Amino acid sequence: MNLAAIAESLPTYWAGLLTTLQLLALALAIGLAAAIPLAVLRASSRRVLGLPIGAPIWLCTYVIRGTPLLVQLFLIYYGLAQFEAVRASVLWPWLSSAWFCAVFAFAVNTCAYTTEMLAGAIRATPHGEVEAARAFGMSWATAMRRIVLPSALRRALPAYSNEVIMMLHGTSLASIVTLLDLTGAAREMNSRFYLPFEAFVTAGVFYLALTFVLVALFKRAEARWLAHLQPRR
Amino acid sequence: MPSTLSAYLPSLLQGALLTAALALASLALALLLGLAGAAAKLSGSRFWRGVASVYTTVIRGVPDLVLMLLVFFGGQIALNALLQHLGAEYLDIDPFIAGVATLGFIFGAYFTETFRGAMLAVPAGQLEAGRAFGMSRALVFRRITAPQMLRFAIPSFTNNWLVLVKSTALVSVIGLNDMMQKAGQAAGATRQPFTFYLAVGGLYLAITTLSVLALGALERRVSRGVREASL
Repeated sequence: MNLAAIAESLPTYWAGLLTTLQLLALALAIGLAAAIPLAVLRASSRRVLGLPIGAPIWLCTYVIRGTPLLVQLFLIYYGLAQFEAVRASVLWPWLSSAWFCAVFAFAVNTCAYTTEMLAGAIRATPHGEVEAARAFGMSWATAMRRIVLPSALRRALPAYSNEVIMMLHGTSLASIVTLLDLTGAAREMNSRFYLPFEAFVTAGVFYLALTFVLVALFKRAEARWLAHLQPRR
Repeated sequence: MPSTLSAYLPSLLQGALLTAALALASLALALLLGLAGAAAKLSGSRFWRGVASVYTTVIRGVPDLVLMLLVFFGGQIALNALLQHLGAEYLDIDPFIAGVATLGFIFGAYFTETFRGAMLAVPAGQLEAGRAFGMSRALVFRRITAPQMLRFAIPSFTNNWLVLVKSTALVSVIGLNDMMQKAGQAAGATRQPFTFYLAVGGLYLAITTLSVLALGALERRVSRGVREASL
């Protein structure tokens, strides 16, 4: 182990950690915010033109969940430039930025997984709870806001912690489109010193520590919001 | 646009075959490691339980891409040091081998958890009954544990397999000439990246859809003796 080289590269890793956290937080925030309304529609039994409202959403999440994140990232970052209309549009300064494309691709990806997970949790709402809400005279929106969503979001928490860890790992793809996240920092250190073991093991340690922190945070969140499901002490 | 796509379609399909071969070879390695890992986690030996716990924790805490770059670049240095020590020629690591090794090693950790859960789901009384009948441990595994754990393992197996298939796209980063890289070459030559990455996405979707259908049928087959409660 060449510790001197690692110490010299540490500032790059700290900057990389910051980029990784930024990408992760933005992607998760956007993905979750979009997933909640989509999941409500996806779980709805209402039909439009003979089709369940959820059908087009299912199709989208199926396609996104069935293809690699790398393909989605390349489609957005490299692919969109193929179209003259995109290059001429006002969005081009954003769409030509690797950072924006990475956040966009990650957000869309996590949104698809989160939508399915939340829709499953919404569908699993005990029917008695919904009937009780109706009997109380709550409107659909009030019942959603007060009864269905709070319990569905809680039930989805354990599955969502897995999705967050998966997304953390997914952000490493940002290094492929030139961003200097944690993996990017490791690749830079490797190309500077040609010390692959040191470079990638250091990045691995950072990711492992991040994973542990996230797992601990979700444990605390579950202890708080799923307290009624904890084993008795 | 369609004509350029059809010109490169044979090359893309060739890449798709390589991707499928990569995924299947990695799966074989991952299944072996997963069975060994599950056996270690359920064994009486504290040492092997510890080794298996470190394996699954570390692998599931570090991104695939980082592990892949570590194995590819780090493995290259280790191999050369070893070969130099033995006085042999310089050798380049083949990206296919590096990909299979990394993906197999990563998904071995996920399959360890799959198989551990499935083995625990087989009622202990049945295993004891098998032992009481004088069956050896291997025979108990073959006749009692394996057929039943198959049923419990399939849903999680399906998930892991789908994630594995999608992870194969990463091997293009270390230079494997899979469909991702073929698409990149075609995109560079024709300046139509969207067309080709969309085609690759379609091919991946075809693989994952076929897998879901096939594994769903398999699940129905191995669970044919199970009665489900209907509401």
